[in-house]
Amino acid sequence: MTTRVLSDTGVMLGRSLRHVTRSMDTIITVTIMPIAFMLLFVYVFGGAIQSGTDNYTTYLLPGILLIAIASGVSYTAFRLFSDLQSGIFERFHSMPIARSSVLWGHVLTSLVSNAISVVIIVLVGLLMGFRSSAGVLAWLAVAGILALFTLTLTWVAVIAGLGASSTDGATAFSYPIIFLPFVSSAFVPTDTMPGPVRAFAENQPVTSIVNTIRALLEQQPVGGDIWVALGWCVGVLVVAYAFAMVAYRRRIA
Amino acid sequence: MDTSPLAIQVKGLHKSYQKLHVLKGVGFAVASGSIFALLGSNGAGKTTVVRILTTLLKPDGGTASVGGFDVLSQPARVRESISLTGQFAAVDEILTGRENLIMLARLRQVKDPRRVADDLLERFGLADAAGRRVSGYSGGMRRRLDIAMSLVGDPPIIFLDEPTTGLDPEARIDVWQEIQNLAAAGTTVFLTTQYLEEAEKLADQIAILHDGTIIVSGTLAELRRLLPPARVEYVERQPTLEEIFLATVGGGRTPSSDEEEQR
Repeated sequence: MTTRVLSDTGVMLGRSLRHVTRSMDTIITVTIMPIAFMLLFVYVFGGAIQSGTDNYTTYLLPGILLIAIASGVSYTAFRLFSDLQSGIFERFHSMPIARSSVLWGHVLTSLVSNAISVVIIVLVGLLMGFRSSAGVLAWLAVAGILALFTLTLTWVAVIAGLGASSTDGATAFSYPIIFLPFVSSAFVPTDTMPGPVRAFAENQPVTSIVNTIRALLEQQPVGGDIWVALGWCVGVLVVAYAFAMVAYRRRIA
Repeated sequence: MDTSPLAIQVKGLHKSYQKLHVLKGVGFAVASGSIFALLGSNGAGKTTVVRILTTLLKPDGGTASVGGFDVLSQPARVRESISLTGQFAAVDEILTGRENLIMLARLRQVKDPRRVADDLLERFGLADAAGRRVSGYSGGMRRRLDIAMSLVGDPPIIFLDEPTTGLDPEARIDVWQEIQNLAAAGTTVFLTTQYLEEAEKLADQIAILHDGTIIVSGTLAELRRLLPPARVEYVERQPTLEEIFLATVGGGRTPSSDEEEQR
């Protein structure tokens, strides 16, 4: 049965990845908005922002990557919703395959396609002056946190894709997530914000994730932020996965 | 009567969606290797029956066995015996025709997926379009690919939910021909349709689903016996538009003439 799960998931991943590579516009759409934000903040607002560092691009990059991932996962919801609409979902479910492979194919595709977006944005960041002296281990830790963040949001996307009744409905969940980094430490230090806003900003998940990635890239001690960040990601992941399974069972009834 | 083993056996099937009582005790049996047509108007519950028999939906009551396996207690074994061609062509638009078939062959774990795919493409007249994305296929080509995908791995029982809805007359005749080929090769075909002539032309057994139950079932000859015997009337018969269409467009094909005789 395990080999069945692996081989079926492999077939599903191959299928879904072809959807990504055959519509590269989805990757471009996902990367262009974060890159535009990066240009806007570095070259327009950046001069006036007191970030407390001399390289604002480096300061900004972690938050930009999270925005990219938050908008990227909406395509998972879109692809899943399309599968449900087209009837291919039912075809797969009437076949003697490992049923879990149908969802995991989409989830793994999300990890791959978001990794591509992240690499593109980091390369653009390098052109704009992003620099990091972080070593291999620190980079691996950054990659791991971004992958976990992607996985978590992808399972949120699965709930949206399974539960939606329209394409717009399937992707709308990502808008609030895309805006979370703006009310966090991603663009400016939180200590200039008025009380309630600051309290929200400092206690929402994005701030701890941004602070962790920033510390890793700048070779600073990560402190307690990494545990808060991991706690948020794993906690939301577990809840999202549970709700996704409920939505899945309801859908296949 | 029929002594062949039963491919599908359904007894007292019930299903409700909230307050809507769709199936109120549906029962029928399908002999192995036969073509069975479930007739009914839109919303009669034909698709609900198909979804229950293909393990996509659980019934509220009653029993159903497919290929000798119970749909509730042995769904995995049922899935090994069947394939489903749903109401809307369940093909991957972004993949090519060949890739769709290879994907199915890998999932069905057949040997040599490429050869299986190429054979089916040839058989369904899709060899020329094999390398093109399905999004550019016509409705008829899509439906042919859809049915071809259902045949990967040679499942003994095939479910076709309104296979010709939305097809032009030529494509419909192609699909009919393929269904007859399947049955001739020993496959059991479970067909739903709202076209009476389709059931009449193809089916060995016909059941009419109305108001949540099977109101009549039997062979076409048995169903005819339910009505008063035919009277001979002389009616000047104009060619149907379908005959005109096929005569002008179809070239070699001739429309089925036997379905015009009754009435």
